[in-house]
Amino acid sequence: MPGTGRPRKRGPVIEVDELTKRYGPTTAVRELSFTVRPGHVTGFLGPNGAGKTTTLRMLLGLVAPTGGSATIGGHTFRRHARGLRHVGALLDANDVHGGRSAWAHLRTLARSNRIPASRVEEVLAEVGLTGAAARRRVGGYSLGMKQRLGIATALLGDPPVLLFDEPLNGLDPEGVLWVRGLFRRLAAEGRTVLVSSHLMSEMENTADQLIVIGKGQLIAAESLTDFAARGTAPTVTVRTPDAGALATVLASEGAVAVAHDEETLKVTGVGAGRVGELAHEHGFLLRELTTEHASLEAAFMELTADSVEYLTGDSR
Amino acid sequence: MTTVPLPMPVSRFTDLLAAEWLKLRSLRSTYWALGVSTLVVISVNANAARADYVNYPHYNTVMRAHFAKNALFDAFTDGAAMILILTAASIGAVTVVGEYSTGLIRTTFAAVPDRRAVMSAKAAVVTTVMTVYGAVVACASFAATQAILSGRGLGLSISHPGALRVVVASALLAPVSALVGMAMGALIRHSATTMVLATGLLLLLPIFVTERYHWTACVRNALPFNAWDRLVQVDYGRMPYTLTERYPTTVGGAWTVFAVWAVVAMLVTVVAVDRRDV
Repeated sequence: MPGTGRPRKRGPVIEVDELTKRYGPTTAVRELSFTVRPGHVTGFLGPNGAGKTTTLRMLLGLVAPTGGSATIGGHTFRRHARGLRHVGALLDANDVHGGRSAWAHLRTLARSNRIPASRVEEVLAEVGLTGAAARRRVGGYSLGMKQRLGIATALLGDPPVLLFDEPLNGLDPEGVLWVRGLFRRLAAEGRTVLVSSHLMSEMENTADQLIVIGKGQLIAAESLTDFAARGTAPTVTVRTPDAGALATVLASEGAVAVAHDEETLKVTGVGAGRVGELAHEHGFLLRELTTEHASLEAAFMELTADSVEYLTGDSR
Repeated sequence: MTTVPLPMPVSRFTDLLAAEWLKLRSLRSTYWALGVSTLVVISVNANAARADYVNYPHYNTVMRAHFAKNALFDAFTDGAAMILILTAASIGAVTVVGEYSTGLIRTTFAAVPDRRAVMSAKAAVVTTVMTVYGAVVACASFAATQAILSGRGLGLSISHPGALRVVVASALLAPVSALVGMAMGALIRHSATTMVLATGLLLLLPIFVTERYHWTACVRNALPFNAWDRLVQVDYGRMPYTLTERYPTTVGGAWTVFAVWAVVAMLVTVVAVDRRDV
């Protein structure tokens, strides 16, 4: 079974500096700069078409930047003759030949980087593609199985840097839990882990650092906690038979209490603790007292609202 | 992760060769394409020999006197050469286009950022495999056709003047065509377009370009199919039934055409993928 964080030296830093990519009149990435440090799972967020995939491809030297630079550990990736031991990547689970088995696919990649065949069995076991499944042709795999194969490919060279583009797509709930645990473990081992997604909810329980982009430009680069604080302030929901009177008391404390229905108030400006104290002092009967924390999803939507490329008819 | 760190040996070009060989070997389509076309090519040639065997009693004395020309024609017919070209060019093209159309090329180049080395290894493996395939098909065709003709005492041995050249030229037509297919795949990167244009260049162009004018004759003589045709016509320019060419070519010229197409195709394959985005 995979070991628990063996001591290893810290993974290198990913540096993106004034990175720009234009396709004719379209600018996919515009003067984007950010840094990804080792030891964390860094979420790379943005709406569809924000430029996440293009940025990751430029990091891997697959797409040449129009301007700026994207380096890993101070070097452009194409400087390496072989890549798997330096950076492991899952860009698109479908970037495989459907006619080969998972085993044959990994075997060829391993061979090209002089990685022993035994390592192929290890990563297949790690991602849960064992026995007959690994010998079946990839063309018949579900998206979830292809994601597992993509993750196995990324792990093949035991690299200090890992890039994952939308790795949770198509995974079942058990798979999502497993992947989150894997990412956290890889980060805890000192590796640099960058995971892209267009869904904030996916990042909520996965990443501890965030890079948010929209329309190819940087919107935010900070910790998940700081990012959450950008959203709406926490709201206290309080339910009491005498809502009107409690609202008056709260208003005298400087809080804003909005009647939700006859018995319920939504309170901002004071914490649940203070609401409870005031209710006790004034002899109110409380039937509910809960705090709704700022939703990351809400913060994300608010922040990226101006940079969403494809809006559906009735949203906003 | 493992508890034992992986050793960090240097990956060599031979590792890329081994990887490309594994890739070719791990696709069922490779076996089908090679197997079916081997049988078809040998059958087409054997059938030509069978026809000569059956019809020989009706041939006049002039034809009988020059029958060695027929025996060598049967050893590898024009139709068989066309099938060989089509198969080899397709297999060559698929080794490149198959990676682009599936997206595998991104996985490949992320694993080996040295794209020129990847394409060189691919070209080397395809050249080797297709040379072996060409040799097997050409030798088997020669043996089968001459064995059939031996029934009338007309079979030639490989030491007959020109016989070895027929076999070698036919065998080498396979790697030359495969490399052209690869180069076109590397330039075009779309399956259907690559196949149409490779077929057009290798099979249709030789038919449509006339030998009437000097410049068109030069183009004609510079095409792989016509070079092969020159090499297998043992009595070129001395044929009793046909007109001689207005702008003839030489055996040396035909071998040079083979070599130039192979080398240029290899260079195009290696260089075309180096700078472009994938």
